[in-house]
Amino acid sequence: MARNIKLRIWRGDSTDGGLKDVVVEANEGEVVLDVIHRVQATQMGDLAVRWNCKAGKCGSCSMEINGKPRLACMTQVASFGEEETITVTPLRAFPIIKDLVADVSFNYKKAMEVPAYEHPKELAPGEARMQQIDVERSQEFRKCIECFLCQDVCHVVRDHEENKKSFAGPRFFIRIAELDMHPLDMLKNRKKSAQEEHGLGMCNITKCCTEVCPEHIKITDNAIIPMKERVADIKYDPARWLGSKIRRREGL
Amino acid sequence: MTLERHNYDVLVIGAGGAGLRAAVEAREAGLRVAIICKSLFGKAHTVMAEGGAAASMGNVNDKDSWMVHFRDTMRGGKFLSHFRMAELHAKEAPDRIWELETWGALFDRTKEGKISQRNFGGHEYPRLAHVGDRTGLELIRTMQQKIVQLQQKDGRESGDMESGIKVFAELTITEILKENGKISGAYGYWRESGEEVLFEAPAVVIATGGVGKTFKITSNSWEGTGDGHALALKAGANLVDMEFLQFHPTGMVWPPSVRGILVTESVRGEGGVLTNNLGERFMFKYIPDVFKDKYADNEAEADRWYEDQDNNRRPPELLPRDEVARAINTEVKAGRGTEHGGVFLDVSKRIPAETIKKRLPSMWHQFYELAGVDITKEPMEVGPTCHYVMGGVEVEPDTAAAVGVPGLFAAGEVAGGMHGSNRLGGNSLTDLLVFGRRAGMGAVAYVKSNGANPVSEGAIAAAAKKIQAPFDREGGENSYSLHAELQEITHNLVGIIRTGSELAEAIEKIAAIRARSANVSVSGGRKFNPGFHLAFDLDNMLLVAESTAKSAIAREESRGGHTRDDFPNMNNKWRQMNLISSFDRTKVNFREQALPVLHKELFDLFDVHELEKYMTPEEIAKGGSN
Repeated sequence: MARNIKLRIWRGDSTDGGLKDVVVEANEGEVVLDVIHRVQATQMGDLAVRWNCKAGKCGSCSMEINGKPRLACMTQVASFGEEETITVTPLRAFPIIKDLVADVSFNYKKAMEVPAYEHPKELAPGEARMQQIDVERSQEFRKCIECFLCQDVCHVVRDHEENKKSFAGPRFFIRIAELDMHPLDMLKNRKKSAQEEHGLGMCNITKCCTEVCPEHIKITDNAIIPMKERVADIKYDPARWLGSKIRRREGL
Repeated sequence: MTLERHNYDVLVIGAGGAGLRAAVEAREAGLRVAIICKSLFGKAHTVMAEGGAAASMGNVNDKDSWMVHFRDTMRGGKFLSHFRMAELHAKEAPDRIWELETWGALFDRTKEGKISQRNFGGHEYPRLAHVGDRTGLELIRTMQQKIVQLQQKDGRESGDMESGIKVFAELTITEILKENGKISGAYGYWRESGEEVLFEAPAVVIATGGVGKTFKITSNSWEGTGDGHALALKAGANLVDMEFLQFHPTGMVWPPSVRGILVTESVRGEGGVLTNNLGERFMFKYIPDVFKDKYADNEAEADRWYEDQDNNRRPPELLPRDEVARAINTEVKAGRGTEHGGVFLDVSKRIPAETIKKRLPSMWHQFYELAGVDITKEPMEVGPTCHYVMGGVEVEPDTAAAVGVPGLFAAGEVAGGMHGSNRLGGNSLTDLLVFGRRAGMGAVAYVKSNGANPVSEGAIAAAAKKIQAPFDREGGENSYSLHAELQEITHNLVGIIRTGSELAEAIEKIAAIRARSANVSVSGGRKFNPGFHLAFDLDNMLLVAESTAKSAIAREESRGGHTRDDFPNMNNKWRQMNLISSFDRTKVNFREQALPVLHKELFDLFDVHELEKYMTPEEIAKGGSN
C-alpha cells in the first residue's frame, strides 16, 4: 500500500546549502533509506547518500533523522506519523562533503592513534586457549559497526570543534577497552593512555553514545566507566601509585 | 589542473577480506602498497558473512582433516572445482584462522578454550570458526586493525604512518592499464570530488568481490557490480564458468524493502527447519541420490543428529545451497509457498528464546528491527536470493596470477575455479584468507623480478576521456532505468532456473541495453554524484551479464548453481569442461577448455563408488593424473 510522504532533505556542500522539500512514495515496510533512494532514482539523480549493506551491519548510512543520529536503513518510515515531515540531514559533528554525506575521516585518523593489539611472543598460532566468558567482554565491543553515530552525538566534539584534537570519542574508548580486556593483549597502560592521550577524562558520562548505538553496546557502562574507575584507582591510591613506580609497571 | 599521481609496488583494488589479506602479505614482504575501496574502509561486503570460516582445525571433532574438507569442497562443487585450489584451500585454511588470532581476533571458544567450530551445509564435521553470527565483521575488523598495526610500525620507522601502506577510500577504478603487454597501473576517480587519479604500479591485485547487483533480488550491496570481473576482461584476462551463480536459499522475502537480505545458514545449522504452507517439512523429498547416504530421510533421525552426529545422518535442511534453493523454488512454484512467495524457516518451536538470542543475535536483531518479526516466537519467511558468483577471473592456483596478463592477480569472490559449480557456506571466508595471501605473495614475487612499468601519456588521455564522456552527452539514457531493465532481464531469463530459448532472448536484450548504455548521460556535477558512479558500474554489470548468459546457454546440463530446465541432469562430458569468457572490445566470446584432471593422490582420497556418480568409466579407469 503505497502512500506519499513528505521528506525534507539537506542539499548542498561545504560552501552553501539548505533544506529541500520533496514528496515521495513510500511502500509498506520501507525504511528511510528506501525513500531516499526513490528520490534519487526519480527526482534528484545526483543526491549524495552513503550506504552499503542496507541491513544494519556495515554502518555506512549514518545521518540525522529529525535531528537524531540514526542509521537510515534501520529507521522505519512507519515509525513517523502519517502527516509528519521526515527531515534528513548529514551528521553534524563532521564537515559536510555533499548533501547527506559527511567527511568522517576524523574517525579513521583516531583509529590510527590507538596502539595495536600485541600478541604474546611465545604463543604460537593455534596455541591460544581462552574461555568464552573471558572473550565475551571484548566481543561486546567488537560488535561495533563503526557507524560513528556515537562520535556524532557526543557533545564533547559535537559543539566543540576545538576538542577534536585531544578527544578520541566513544568509538575509540570501546576499542581501547576491548584491547584492555583482551585476555592475551600484552601492551600495558592502556587505561592510563586512554586518560592521558585519548581524552577519556573529558567524557562526563551523559550516556548519549549508548543511546544511539545501533548495536546496543553499553559504551558508557561497560567500557568508559570501568576504565575511568580503574584509572582513578591507579592514580589516586597512594600504595598502588608507589607500587607502580617501584616495580615499574602499571599496578593492575 | 594537474593530474593526481601515485606510485606503488602493488595496487590492491578492493578492501574486503581478500584485498586486505593480500595487502598485509605484500607489505610484510617490504613492498609499498595502495588499497583502493569503493566505499569507506571497513564497510566491504565481507562484513555480511555471518556463518563462519571453514577450516579443518578439528577442535570440535578430531576426525576432521584437510582431506575431509577437500572432499566436501569437491562434492559441493560437483567436481568442477579446480582441484589444486580446493587442495590449497583445505590445507592452508587452519593456519589462516590461527594467524588471525595472533592479530587480535576473538573467535567463540570451546570448553577447552580452543576456537569453537559449528556445523554448516555440506561440511561433514563441525568446521566453521565463528563469532556469533558476525564472523565476517570480525575478519574485516581484524585485518583493518592489522593494517593499522603495520602503519604504526611504518610510522615509527619513517615518521609517516602512510609511507608503506595507504588506504584510498571512496575511489572507483575505471580501467586497469597495461604497457608492453604487462600491467602498469590503474586509473580512476575520487567518488567524493569526481577528480581523476592515476596509480602507477607493476602489479595489481583485483579483489572486488561479486556481481549480485546484476540481479534484481540479491544479498549484495551496491558495491557488488562485477567491477573486477569487467576490469579483468577488459585488461585481457579470462573469466571461467560465469554461468555458476549461487542463489542463497534463504533470503528475507518480506517486507519488500528487505527482500534479498540474507538469513544465515547457521539458522538451519542450529536447528531451524523449513516448512511449506501445509506445515510439511519438505526437504526430505529433495535429497538427491548422490547424497542419500549422508542425509536423514526421516524426521526422527534428523532430530537425533543435533545430539549425536556420529550415529545419525544430517537433516536435509543442511544440504548444499543449490539443492535447498531449488527445493524452495519448486515448493513455491507448486503453490505451497507463503503469501509473499517464500517458505517458512522456524527456530521458535525447537530452541528456547534465550538460546536463539545468544546463538543468532544479529538474526534476531535483523528480523526484529527490519521486519518487525520476533524469530523466537514466529517463523521467518525466506526464499532464494542471488548471493555469490562461483565464476570469475581465471587464475594460476598457487600464485593467484590472472592467466594471460603478466602483473595481474585476483583473489576472493572475483576469482574463479575454487568453488566449481557451487560454493559451500563457510568456504568463502577462508578462500579470502588463503588466496588473498597467495595473491599478495604472487604480486611480491612478480614485482621483485619485473620492476616498474611506467604508464604512457596516451593511456592516461584515453582513460580520462572515458570518464568525461557521460558528462558531455546531453539528453541520453538514464543509468538508473537501464540498470533496472538489466535486472529484470537477468531475474526473468538468467535466474535460478534457465532454458535455452530464454537465454537466447536474454543475450539479445542485454546487447540492446549495452548499445543504449553507450549513450548514457549524467546530470549534475562530478562531486559525489551517484548517477555518474552508476554509469560506470552499469558498464561492468552489462559485461558480467553477457558473460553469464553466454556461458549459461553453452552449458547444456544442470550442475550446482546452473540449472537448465531443458537439460535437467548432470552430464559427465560437461564435468570435464570449463567455459572461458574473453572480451574482444565489442563482445564477450566463449570457448570450452578441458578442466585439469584430478591428481592421483587426490583422486585416491575418494571412494571409487562416489566418483562413479560424477565421472565417466574412462576417467575412473585412469584413476587421476600424475
